Amino acid sequence: MMFRMIAIVAGLGLALAGSAEAQTPRKGGTIRMTAPYGSSFTSLDIHTTQRAQDEIYAKALHRSLYIWNSAEGKPVLELAKEDVVSGGGLVHTFKLRDDAYFHNGRQMTADDVIWSYNRIMDGTKAYPGARFVRVIEGAAAVEKGQAKDISGLKKIDDFTIEMKLTEKVDPGFYFFTALTSIYPADEGAKESFIQKPIGLGPFKFVEHVPGSRIVLERWDRFYKPGKPYADKIVVAVMGEAAARDVAFRNKEIDTSVLGPAQYVAYQSDAALKGTIVEVAEVFTRYMGMNPTFKPFADKRVRQAINYAIDTDLIINKLVKGKAYRATSWLPLTAPAYDKAMKPYPYDPAKAKQLLTEAGYASGFEFEWTTSQNESWGLPIVSAVIPMLDKVGIKAKVKQVETAVLAEVVRSGDYQAFIYSQASGPDPLAALKCFHSSTPQPACNYTTFKNAEFDKIVDEAGQADDPAKRIQLLQKANALLYEEAPVWFFNYNKAVMAVQPWLKGIQLNATELTHQNVEDLWVDETSPAK
Amino acid sequence: MLSFLFRRLLQTIPTVLAVVLLVFVLFSVVPGSIVTSMSDDSDPQVELRMKKQLGLDQPVYVRFGTYIAQLATGDFGTSFRTREPVTVMIAKRAWPTLQLIFAAMAFAIVVGVPLGFIAALRPGGIVDTIAMVVAVSGLSIAKFWLGLVLMYLFALKLGWLPSFGYGDGGLKYLLLPAATLGVSPMALFARTTRAAVLEIMTADFVRTARSKGMSETRVVKWHVMRNALVIILTTVGLQFGGLMGQAVVVEKLFSWPGIGSLLVDSVLQRDIPAVQGSILVVVLAFLAINLLIDVLYGVIDPRIRYA
Repeated sequence: MMFRMIAIVAGLGLALAGSAEAQTPRKGGTIRMTAPYGSSFTSLDIHTTQRAQDEIYAKALHRSLYIWNSAEGKPVLELAKEDVVSGGGLVHTFKLRDDAYFHNGRQMTADDVIWSYNRIMDGTKAYPGARFVRVIEGAAAVEKGQAKDISGLKKIDDFTIEMKLTEKVDPGFYFFTALTSIYPADEGAKESFIQKPIGLGPFKFVEHVPGSRIVLERWDRFYKPGKPYADKIVVAVMGEAAARDVAFRNKEIDTSVLGPAQYVAYQSDAALKGTIVEVAEVFTRYMGMNPTFKPFADKRVRQAINYAIDTDLIINKLVKGKAYRATSWLPLTAPAYDKAMKPYPYDPAKAKQLLTEAGYASGFEFEWTTSQNESWGLPIVSAVIPMLDKVGIKAKVKQVETAVLAEVVRSGDYQAFIYSQASGPDPLAALKCFHSSTPQPACNYTTFKNAEFDKIVDEAGQADDPAKRIQLLQKANALLYEEAPVWFFNYNKAVMAVQPWLKGIQLNATELTHQNVEDLWVDETSPAK
Repeated sequence: MLSFLFRRLLQTIPTVLAVVLLVFVLFSVVPGSIVTSMSDDSDPQVELRMKKQLGLDQPVYVRFGTYIAQLATGDFGTSFRTREPVTVMIAKRAWPTLQLIFAAMAFAIVVGVPLGFIAALRPGGIVDTIAMVVAVSGLSIAKFWLGLVLMYLFALKLGWLPSFGYGDGGLKYLLLPAATLGVSPMALFARTTRAAVLEIMTADFVRTARSKGMSETRVVKWHVMRNALVIILTTVGLQFGGLMGQAVVVEKLFSWPGIGSLLVDSVLQRDIPAVQGSILVVVLAFLAINLLIDVLYGVIDPRIRYA
């Protein structure tokens, strides 16, 4: 429901999707998507890469146990038809589909699922999907080289597996991304697999021109009747926004992710305004404060920083409105997002008062580590510095590369940093990042520690009643607001331009470019036949 | 000639070793590690296993020695990211890069050299003025901006060419990136040619040729052009190396699948074997082209001997 509401707010996107639903999908044609996050794909072995860029093609080529349903705003079963829960919520018995065929024509069985998860837990390879599979009992032992197979995974028969989890969580949130794609056990181990990957998705691999494109064609034995609609998908690597803009206007591509400047330009262009779709993605941008740096150990100082920054001004002027104001940690699209909660207002006087109460009437100085990112990096820091200066806080900038920043936040080698972190789609997992038992390198980057918060989150994890769980998560989120371990900046507003002939675009809050491509289709006005 | 070639080939070995060493040392000291960027794991035991698997648990000098031994057998190592042999990754990208660079160079030579030549024949004239405005602009314009302007004009406005992509590797996909990459060397060649021709035109041997009654066409063809070519060839050789570096921007802008974009991505992802392999290929190509230019000197000007 929450997702539908957001879609209504987004407006234009829903208008597009709505009109798509009203028409009969057309068979055939070519969908021309773009991969905008770099100048190449990392690998054709999707288990090895956690870049959003790679999952764009992987959504066409591969399938996982679950899939993200954008309309419902949650993961739903994909390769399994049924999940029977027992053992106090820890044991899941999955009835697998018996109509799923790999692109080499072989039927998927329980062996493929078990083989894939065991592969992901190979600790010598550090597959990024390990952080999800680790929730299965015995997976960590495989990762550490103490066991060969995951003990919590059992094959009951060819199409039934039993999965025992280490904690009571919804496995959907752990097994829906391409990082946990199911590979064909026999083929996946071969060297040739990297050159010509085989999956279970609606499109099969045809060609990869590194640094330029991936071409996929319809897999006729895909298990969803009548799907996919399109004959072919071309995913072009286009890291340069200006080049995408020309190509989109020239009708050479069907989708283009828009940055802040283009967002404004497209909104003011009558011919392009109708192509915009937007969604609040599950990423929270924030300034993390290190509590071992004395001033930041005081809650009043952290709150003062939230009061001292005119966040709305930065979002409107600098980010060009391409973000939603953050209230606390959980994003707009989270089921536990509290609409009644109001963000910290811009109130320098209040900030000054809090600083005085905390013993910093004459302010203090700190070092702020940042990347160059235009939406949550140096430009933002540069705009905030004079605002902090107004209340007596001096910030010195330490600029690092994005890859280095990722290490800095994990190691704790900072006084403050500005970052963008996944805050969903699972609200429980997102809030667990502030649980005192979560190590800093895992995701508790500000080493937040609060006994009351821990208790609420633990209770939420144990709650069987979904309403009760949401209530507890809202409470935890409100506590975070009060404790202000970070400056709550914004939630990412993902914006994409979509050509009018491409139908079925889903407002995917986990990443807008990740589309369940079997639902996309192009009408007869598409220039790519 | 053969001994010259052999000597020059031997001379490339220390250069290559120095480059490999430099890249190794650089990536040992710059912050950011492949292990932490690939894994979200906080477990040091797992990180250790991964380091061991990638050989990163060894001291730098051991890794360097191993790498050199691998190189001697033609093995560039395996990419940390893609798990593919680096030679395979580079092989996939080498042809598009060569296509782009040779096309850009052809454009630069075909347009730049005659332009400089014509400008020098009538110094101060209208052709000279226009040619030099073009040359100065070509040297000053940023490739990224120029590429966008060309895209806008030839793809969006005129609809003659695709704005991006490799397509089937055909000419229509190559033209815009090659022109973008070729404008700067074209401008340089025009200026170099003009300067060289102007200087040679006033040389004693040219005056002597004219005084002997040789026609102006023959003077230009036999004396001016041949002597100017040596200077132009040197510039061309140096520009080849420069183009390999500049191709990065053009490849990214036009989604052209070359070594430049592989290099950039590998650096950002701390994929050391891929970085080393890409740099090594660029260096080797640069050295090979310069060797070829040295050989061509002797063909163009027989006075140059390979002692």
